Amino acid sequence: MACLSWKRGRGPSSCRAQFLGEHMARVKEKLYEWIFAALAFSSLVFLIGIVWVLCKESLPIFSRVPLGSFLFGKFWYPTYCPPEFGILPLILSSVWVTLGAMVVCVPLGVGSALYLNEVANFRQRQILKPMIEILASIPSVVYGFFGVVLVTPFLQKVFSLPTGMTALNASFILGLMATPTVCSLAEDALSYVPRSFREASFAVGADRWQTLIKVVIPAAGSGISTAIILGMSRAIGETMTVLMVAGGAAVIPKTLLEPVRPMTAAIAAEMGEAPMGGDHYHALFAIAFILFIITFVFNIVAEIISRRFRIKLGISR
Amino acid sequence: MDDSMKMCSENVNFFYGRQQALKEINLNILPNKVTAIIGPSGCGKSTFIRLLNRMNELVPHTTLTGRIYLDGQDILMPCVDPVEIRRRVGMVFQKPNPFPKNIFENISYGLEVNSIRNKRFIEERVVESLKKAALWDEVKDRLYDSALNLSGGQQQRLCIARCLAVKPEVLLFDEPCASLDPISTRKVEELILELKKDYTIAIVTHNMQQAARVSDYTGFFLLGELIEFDKTEKIFKAPEDHRTEDYITGRFG
Repeated sequence: MACLSWKRGRGPSSCRAQFLGEHMARVKEKLYEWIFAALAFSSLVFLIGIVWVLCKESLPIFSRVPLGSFLFGKFWYPTYCPPEFGILPLILSSVWVTLGAMVVCVPLGVGSALYLNEVANFRQRQILKPMIEILASIPSVVYGFFGVVLVTPFLQKVFSLPTGMTALNASFILGLMATPTVCSLAEDALSYVPRSFREASFAVGADRWQTLIKVVIPAAGSGISTAIILGMSRAIGETMTVLMVAGGAAVIPKTLLEPVRPMTAAIAAEMGEAPMGGDHYHALFAIAFILFIITFVFNIVAEIISRRFRIKLGISR
Repeated sequence: MDDSMKMCSENVNFFYGRQQALKEINLNILPNKVTAIIGPSGCGKSTFIRLLNRMNELVPHTTLTGRIYLDGQDILMPCVDPVEIRRRVGMVFQKPNPFPKNIFENISYGLEVNSIRNKRFIEERVVESLKKAALWDEVKDRLYDSALNLSGGQQQRLCIARCLAVKPEVLLFDEPCASLDPISTRKVEELILELKKDYTIAIVTHNMQQAARVSDYTGFFLLGELIEFDKTEKIFKAPEDHRTEDYITGRFG
C-alpha cells in the first residue's frame, strides 16, 4: 500500500513513463518467446528440409530403375557400362554387420547394465559408469583405426583369410561402439523399476537372483528392448568405421568372414566420384533415403515400446 | 524370552549411517493377536516392523544391534537365511505393489520362487489365498487380467493374498491403508480381524482409530523410542505415560 501511494504522489507524467516501461517489458517478453519458439521449431524445419532433399534427389533414379529391381537387384555396378543399380548386396551387408554388432553389444551392454544396477556397490558404479560413457565419446574414426590396426591382422591370422577387413571385423567394432548406448539406456530402464516391486518379491521369500530374473527383468523388458533397438539404429547408421574396416566389396555376403559394403559405406565412398545429377548420384541419394526410413522406423518402434513401458510401470512422463 | 511370544525384540538399536533411528526397543508380539504400532511420522515405527523380516538389510549403510526372536530363534544370527525368514514373516506394504503381471501370476509368484512346481497345487493355493483375502468373488472371472487394472483397495487385498499364498506364520502390515479410501480401508480392517485366527499380525498405522479398531496390543513410538506398550484398551483409555496421552488425544503428532 505504501508503494501505491508513493506512485500516486508522483503525478501524471511519471505514470505514463511507467505505463511505457510496462509495455516495453511485455514486448520484450513476447520477443524472447518468439526467439525460443523459432529455435525450437528450427529442428523441425531441418528435418522437413532433409526429407525433401532426399526425396527430390532420389526420385529420378526410379524412372530409370524400378523400385523392385533397385531394392532386390543383386548387382551394384554403378560405374559399369551399362550400369547396374541393385542395392541388395548393400542392404544385406548392413543387415549382417548390424546383426553381428548386436551379438556383441547386447550381452555386453545389457550385462553391464545389470551389473551396474543390481550388483555393483556405490564405488564400483562411480568408476564404471563414466568409463562406459567415455566409450561413447571416442570418435568413430578412432574406432575404425583400432579395427584396421589391431582387429584386421588378428582376424586374418586366426581364420587365415586373404583380408581381415570383413563383416566380422565391422560387427565387432560396431558392437563396441553401440555398447554404451545400449548399456546406459538399459540401465535407465532397470533403475525405473520401482523399489516396491523388489520389496514385494523379497517379502514372499524370493532371493536376489529370482527377483532379478522374474520381476526386475520382465518389468524392465520393454525398456531394455528400446535400448537394443536404439543400439541397432546407432550401428546401422554408423559410417566411418564400416568404411574403414568392412572391406568394401559390394557383393552379397555368404559368411561374416567376407568383405562387405554396407549402405553407409557405399554412400560415403562413392559420393565423391559420382557425377552430380547423374544416375549414380541419384542412386546414392535413394540409398540414403532408405537408410533414413530404416532408422526412422527403428526410432518410432523404440518410442512406442518405451511409452508402453512407462505406462506399465506407472511412470507418467 | 517367554515361550508364549511369537516374535520378540530385545534391546534393538538401529542406525541409518550415524543417525540412530531406534533406541533400545523391547517389544513382544503375541501369537494370534494383532499388535499395532502407532506414533508420529519419523518415529521409527516402519523401520522397526521392517526389521522383523530383515527387510532393512536391503538398505545400504545401516547398523543393527540387539536380538530379534521368532519362535525363540534369533533371526539375526549370521547362520539364518533372510530369505527363509521372509517366507515365514510376510509383509504388506504402504502402497499396493502388485507386479505388472496378471492376477494369477501375482499370487503364484511366491510359490514359484519357493520351488513349488505342481500346477494343481498352485491353482488350489491361489484360489484359497484369494478367498482368504476376500478378493475371490471380485476377480474369479478375470484371473488372467493384469493386476494393475484392479482398484487400489483390490490391489492391496491382492498383495495380502500374495503374502498368504506362501503360508507365512506372521504378517506384517506397514500402513496398509495409507493410500486407500474409507470403504477399502474397512475391508482391509475386517480382513485383518479375520486373519488373526490363523496368523500373528503386526500393523504399523498412522491412524489411531484404526489401531483401536483392529489391535489387541498397541505400542507407542516416539523419536525412535518405545514409550509405552500395553493392551490396546489400556493404551487408549488409561495410558501411563503423559506423552502417549498427548498423542492419543491429538495434542501433537
